[in-house]
Amino acid sequence: MADADRSRPLRIGVIVFPGSNCDTDAGNAWTELGLGEAVYLWHQETDLKGVDALLLPGGFSYGDALRAGAIARFAPIMNEVVAFAADGGVVAAICNGFQIACEAGLLPGALARNENLRFVSRFVSQRVENNETLFTRRYSQGEVIRIPVAHGEGRYVCDDATYERLVAENRIVFRYADDNPNGSRNDVAGIVGGPRNNVLGMMPHPERAVRSLNGFSDGARFFRSIADTLIEHTAPALR
Amino acid sequence: MPKVTVRITLKPSLLDTQGRTIESALHRLGFTEVDQLRVGKIIEMRLPDDDADSIRTRVSAMCDRLLANPVMESYRIEVGEES
Repeated sequence: MADADRSRPLRIGVIVFPGSNCDTDAGNAWTELGLGEAVYLWHQETDLKGVDALLLPGGFSYGDALRAGAIARFAPIMNEVVAFAADGGVVAAICNGFQIACEAGLLPGALARNENLRFVSRFVSQRVENNETLFTRRYSQGEVIRIPVAHGEGRYVCDDATYERLVAENRIVFRYADDNPNGSRNDVAGIVGGPRNNVLGMMPHPERAVRSLNGFSDGARFFRSIADTLIEHTAPALR
Repeated sequence: MPKVTVRITLKPSLLDTQGRTIESALHRLGFTEVDQLRVGKIIEMRLPDDDADSIRTRVSAMCDRLLANPVMESYRIEVGEES
């Protein structure tokens, strides 16, 4: 794999759908941590503008019409996102982004209505089940981190065969540690997929926990892990 | 143009939390005989075709691509009379 081009800052592309509402937080997390530039990509665009990684942010794309993520997956830019992921490009899909990634077939399973029917918005503890992914290398194996969730449809569901494959392939990256806020299968909070486990989907919001000023900064290492990955291998070299 | 109705429900293997909540509310109201209540979505549309089989094929394709999520939902298509 080739060395990264360090002559320019790392660029994370944040996809913006109508109804996305965590796009700026995600972009700001990247820039405020000093990791590089954020490029906002409108859902109707068809060019990823040479970004090094992609982020599908949280929110309520298309007002969650039909199902969360169901319409967004057919947005024009999604063809590029799917091709980027298939090529090994790093894609982080957070909350509504996770729902979109599942709908688009980038990750297996689906996100159903929370078991208790409530919209949950609070900090949860999640355990790092695999710290050898492109997204979690700055965490310790088994470490419990505090990151907030905010969703009404976060109950991860999949069939038995899919679950067994996720376990066998060590693709469950985060599990809720002490309380499961949505009834997700086996406490699953985040998984990876794609040809090089280069796509991550998670319901918690690391971009909301990146500032030590407010006491919660466990999400910072998520973004730093991505930056480490990109610095070691440029996104094109990953392909 | 015939009216088509698509009924989408959560797969039986999945806990239907809305259905369970509504069922227990009905029980509290005295409708204690209610059992196996499931909640779903109804989508109605009209198609410019008068062959029920070809309508079904077409609407099935819509369900598989967009209207239902096969991981968690199942669907049923009803083709009504022309009106």
